[in-house]
Amino acid sequence: MKTLTGISRGLSCAASAVLLFCGLADLAIGQSWKPTKTVEFIVPAGTGGGADQMARLADAIIKKHKLMAGNMVVINKGGGAGAEGFLDVKNAKGDPHKIIITLSNLFTTPLATGVPFNWRDLTPVAMLALDQFVLWVNAESPYRNAKEYIEAAKKAGPGKFKMAGTGARQEDQIITVALEKQGSIKFTYVPFKGGGEVAVQLVGKHVDSTVNNPIEAVAHWRSGKLRPLCVFDNERLVYKNKVTDKQSWNDIPTCKEAGVDMDYLMLRGVFTVPGAPPSAITFYIDLFNKVRATPEWKEFMAQGAFNQTFMTGDAYQAWVAKEELRHLRLMKEAGFLAPGGK
Amino acid sequence: MAEINALMHGFAIALTPFNLMLMFIGIVLGVLIGVLPGLGGANGVAILLPLTFTMPPTSAIIMLSCIYWGALFGGATTSILFNIPGEPWSVATTFDGYPLAQKGRAGAALTAAFTSSFVGAFVAVVLITFLSPVIASFALEFGPAEFFAVYFLTFCAFVGTSSGNAMKTIASMMLGFALAAVGLDTVTGQLRLTFGFTSILQGFDFLIAVIGLFGIGEILLTLEEGLEFKGVRARLDTRVVLDTWKELPRYWATSIRSAAIGCFMGIVPGGATPASFMSYGVAMRLSPDRGKFGTGVVEGVVAPETAAHAAGTAALLPMLTLGVPGSPTAAVLLGGLLIWGLQPGPLLFVEKPDFVWGLIASMYLGNVVGLIVVLTTVPLFAAILRIPFAIIAPIIMVVCAIGAYTVHSSMLDVYLMVIFGVIGYIFRKLDYPLAPLVLALVLGDRAEASFRQSMLLSQGEMSIFFSNVLVGSLTGLGLILLFWPLLSLLRRRLAR
Repeated sequence: MKTLTGISRGLSCAASAVLLFCGLADLAIGQSWKPTKTVEFIVPAGTGGGADQMARLADAIIKKHKLMAGNMVVINKGGGAGAEGFLDVKNAKGDPHKIIITLSNLFTTPLATGVPFNWRDLTPVAMLALDQFVLWVNAESPYRNAKEYIEAAKKAGPGKFKMAGTGARQEDQIITVALEKQGSIKFTYVPFKGGGEVAVQLVGKHVDSTVNNPIEAVAHWRSGKLRPLCVFDNERLVYKNKVTDKQSWNDIPTCKEAGVDMDYLMLRGVFTVPGAPPSAITFYIDLFNKVRATPEWKEFMAQGAFNQTFMTGDAYQAWVAKEELRHLRLMKEAGFLAPGGK
Repeated sequence: MAEINALMHGFAIALTPFNLMLMFIGIVLGVLIGVLPGLGGANGVAILLPLTFTMPPTSAIIMLSCIYWGALFGGATTSILFNIPGEPWSVATTFDGYPLAQKGRAGAALTAAFTSSFVGAFVAVVLITFLSPVIASFALEFGPAEFFAVYFLTFCAFVGTSSGNAMKTIASMMLGFALAAVGLDTVTGQLRLTFGFTSILQGFDFLIAVIGLFGIGEILLTLEEGLEFKGVRARLDTRVVLDTWKELPRYWATSIRSAAIGCFMGIVPGGATPASFMSYGVAMRLSPDRGKFGTGVVEGVVAPETAAHAAGTAALLPMLTLGVPGSPTAAVLLGGLLIWGLQPGPLLFVEKPDFVWGLIASMYLGNVVGLIVVLTTVPLFAAILRIPFAIIAPIIMVVCAIGAYTVHSSMLDVYLMVIFGVIGYIFRKLDYPLAPLVLALVLGDRAEASFRQSMLLSQGEMSIFFSNVLVGSLTGLGLILLFWPLLSLLRRRLAR
């Protein structure tokens, strides 16, 4: 399966990134940066979540295949919706022994809480992947597709259908608000702490739907407890191997096909400290490229139905800048901006 | 009988020399981690997780879960010896464990703690072995309202157990709630009570408060009272283990109750810490020696330790079958499962029976190994109390500081620990109880979140807490316990 399949908007950027990469790889042989002490891999979220899993997997792969001389340690700094971690990296200016993996809270946390940081305070390294979102309902509910579900929500009246999600004023709630706007409906949004908990609340029928990431809900889908209605992307997921007896990820229609024009992907990218030397950035790009080539990483990507777009340099920076504007717009529309924030 | 066959198959997998060695290493590491305050099982497992990546998954999870068992065992040690809980779930163990040590019965307290831990874990493992499908679906019954009812029940079980002034108890608990509210409000996504300081936006960590309030506070108090531990007369021979074992069967009712509370809280999953508090509270109310609780009774060690270990063990079940971790350590283990290519969920038992049954078999073996390991350390740990205070106190201070630092890798936490230490000292001087503060701090934000989630779901109707049999009986039980003192007063009046 080609890595870059089907991501039209990222294609041109990605191609240039690949070119940039080969160049940088050559350069790296000439003058190179190497860690001289333990590298801290910060996770701006709690243990067990999507970002945490990805960081710990990368760390394990690096150790198993001895991809890096020196030590690496994964540290969770999830306080204040991740602000703790981002501020930690921001304040370690000039010492590139610190990298951080991002969620959408890179954008949502400063906007919603007014904590003083912005992605521009950090140095972008590379986009590792994009995480998808799927609209899930309980398998015992009568809704076969997104259209039926939205119709039912409309018929029931505002606030009658309950949507569970991870955190407040973060990606899950942003998607919920966008979905409400598209279908002219209104959900009661109930925030929970983690994606696994959200999925179980839906299995236990305490809520009507969720917008879990694939990896958070896949186990319950396979055991026949949940039903995916649509994926919030412009294209279907590329993974065609059967996940359940009948369906593969590729069989889930896009929400657009179902008449809900909403796409949302979450950045799983790596940033480092402000003022990091280019040679250090090259080192990390090279490192993560090696990580991506391992079978363990590929298996993880398929399991979680990730979008495997990889970007570095200017292309990555431009993508992040675009996403920031989009989050600003979405959050402004939803009324999620912090008083006194931008 | 299918379970027994599967379990035997599991033993065959777990009982290789390599796995037994890993089990032993895991337990020893875990005990060390548990003994050091701050460096919790979650940290320990997270640090060692990458090392296990090259092993077969079953061996890896055996080693990691043994670290977890070890930490559950070890947490009680410092609670009893120094009044410093090594892990959050051993806070309740300090209430009677430390007075026991002061009376020179440290060996008995440690033996009781370790043995009860083993009993709790054993009950939970048996439950997991034979009833896992039923239990897994029971956990699905728990929505926000049920969770709130459980936390409410914990508070109610514990309120009224402290003998002191009721107003002082309330003041202490309210301070705990206030501290728990600092940081991000999960329901609105807004920062609260940070007063613009970005350094406290992660809130006050329970562990740091505990290390300070109990550990540093205790050292300050000892400094004032003559620079020595009262437990120096502790007996050191191994006979103390056998003598304590003779005493333990007397508390069979407490053990059964505590194991039941622990299993329930682990499966829900409510966590080991609330389980230990709830169990202590219930044991005190129902014990004939009610008045002696808090002055050093073995029963007061048996109750929280049995429940904590039962909950800690049972917490692995929702992790395996639902992918919901019942504890921070279980959350890290969950990450491990995914890394090994195992998908936690209802199908795990069907698709990877070798892994699941190997793990369950290792729970039996790991706890037996663990009990033997920790019991041999009893004289060793008790001997620590013979070291002169002038030598041990600075070491404890350093260990506490390191522990506080490890929680978030931040220096601020070390300063906070010292501040909490001073608060702990003042509280004790003024005779304010510390336990309500700690309980409110550990459960405050969870109780608040589930209450507000329930209110969102019911659109503000309080009736949600009585909307089905399960939540109704939990809430009802909580109310009964809350008004217990009043009820017993009434009963006495009527009897007269």
